[in-house]
Amino acid sequence: MIATRDAYGKALAELGKNNPKVVVLDADLAGSTKTINFKKLFPERFFNMGIAEQNLMGTAAGLASSGKVTFASTFAIFAVGRAFEQIRNSIAYPKMNVKIAATHAGLTVGEDGASHQAIEDIALMRSIPEMVVIVPADGVETEQAVKAAADYHGPVYLRLGRARVPVIYDNNYQFKIGRAHLLREGKDVGLIATGLMVAVALEAAELLQREGIAAAVLNVSTIKPLDQEAILDLARKTGALVTAEEHTVLGGLGSAVAETVGESFPVPVMRVGVEDVFGESGSPKELLEAYGLTKENLVQKAKEALWLKAQS
Amino acid sequence: METIKELEAKATEIRRSIIKMTGAAGSGHPGGSLSAADIVATLYFHQLKLDPAKPDWADRDRFILSKGHAAPVLYGALAERGFFPKEELLSLRKMGSRLQGHPDRNLLPGVEMSTGSLGQGFSASIGVALAGKLDKKDYGVYVLLGDGECQEGIVWEAAMAAAHYKLDNLTCFLDWNGLQIDGPTAEVMSPEPLNEKWRAFGWHVLEIDGHDIGAILAALEASKAVKDRPVMIIAKTVKGKGVSFMENQVGWHGKAPDAEQVRQALVELG
Repeated sequence: MIATRDAYGKALAELGKNNPKVVVLDADLAGSTKTINFKKLFPERFFNMGIAEQNLMGTAAGLASSGKVTFASTFAIFAVGRAFEQIRNSIAYPKMNVKIAATHAGLTVGEDGASHQAIEDIALMRSIPEMVVIVPADGVETEQAVKAAADYHGPVYLRLGRARVPVIYDNNYQFKIGRAHLLREGKDVGLIATGLMVAVALEAAELLQREGIAAAVLNVSTIKPLDQEAILDLARKTGALVTAEEHTVLGGLGSAVAETVGESFPVPVMRVGVEDVFGESGSPKELLEAYGLTKENLVQKAKEALWLKAQS
Repeated sequence: METIKELEAKATEIRRSIIKMTGAAGSGHPGGSLSAADIVATLYFHQLKLDPAKPDWADRDRFILSKGHAAPVLYGALAERGFFPKEELLSLRKMGSRLQGHPDRNLLPGVEMSTGSLGQGFSASIGVALAGKLDKKDYGVYVLLGDGECQEGIVWEAAMAAAHYKLDNLTCFLDWNGLQIDGPTAEVMSPEPLNEKWRAFGWHVLEIDGHDIGAILAALEASKAVKDRPVMIIAKTVKGKGVSFMENQVGWHGKAPDAEQVRQALVELG
């Protein structure tokens, strides 16, 4: 188990050694976002902007315009929520080489409660033209995604979590921006997950297997550009899909999948996510259970998708 | 060294361009473009080290128009300086034009930052100045900020950061024309006292008449001696400066002159 933010901190420090153009900005949360690892090694290339997220993003844009590979970190709620328009107008529109690496996304922020739980960030970021949106499933994928984001020239939103999550991948795995990864084959239903829900989807597939239902699991770690081929392929093979994300069911992975199959190969799509409500204080585990982000709910939704498939 | 008269002539030429291009566009922001013409002309024809043939020259000075709606004054100066043909000015705001309603750095050579959403160009200038320090470059970063723009919270976030990081490579002009869309800034949401505010935020503050080219030159010269602090040159200006019927008229913030008004304005500007 490792939190994706920890993997980020490690990868960022590594990146700093290999690329002198990398600079990192934070907004008084370096200890939490783990940019502190980079700060310790490269203090001259680290800029704490204080509790001022709008200027964090604007300054990041300015550094990028001067040739820097710029990482800007804070909690997802402040990065995307408070500084949305700076991201949109100063980073995305001018195509600045800024990586918005936002930690503490989703419900698993935990005890801090709803004010700090970004459950809308994927929707907001993927609505911006040409923004790359990456949600790694584990520490291994995070480290690779950080490198891939640095190698890619342009704006990237990297969604990271506070809570420790199971390790899915070994070091043979190769992350590529825009490519989904099929973790498990299955002909009856396709579970399409992102972030920490990938591990949950794998568990759900096991449960379904016991009931004689063969479920495929697809890790969509790049929400944008979406691997439409992999999703349509799964839709054709299974005829029933379930999406799973630690995010509102509005506008995130579930919506992206529904849009894709709706326009090319319509099949039932059931969405597992936060059902258009705010979160609350609690432990990550309690919150995931209370808001239906569980393997049991995935199994239930898979059965509903199969029922819908049978009706058609 | 350019004489003041030569710089004044450049400012007049830029003002003529502002009138012609907004007239041709049928929309745009002449008032706050005209108020900044003397400052921008002095920067582009005296201060900034630039090479129009190599707009991305690494050692160039940077000018960021934070009040991006004053795009006509920037476009006028860039065309005058040879970054693109002056004829192109008449394409302002038209479909397919490189001269977007607000500046787009990926379309038009010489535009350092895409601006228009107020406060954001100023914020970006902090990053450009930090990069200059980090790379040990001696280029200067120059910014034009509006007085109404100072109502944006990000301006003060950036102001704090510039002083904190001792960005003495950053020089900002505050185009204090006193008017914004809904009326006088003092009535809408007073940004005053400007001088005290900027000083309290750790800036070296100078106050000048923003239409006195000699004063602009002197302020730029004085700013060179300032170490470890960014410089704010508060420039008292007249919105619509140079065109009698536009001067101090809030209605000319975002309205284009018609054909007769263009003719009259050009006669006045000479």
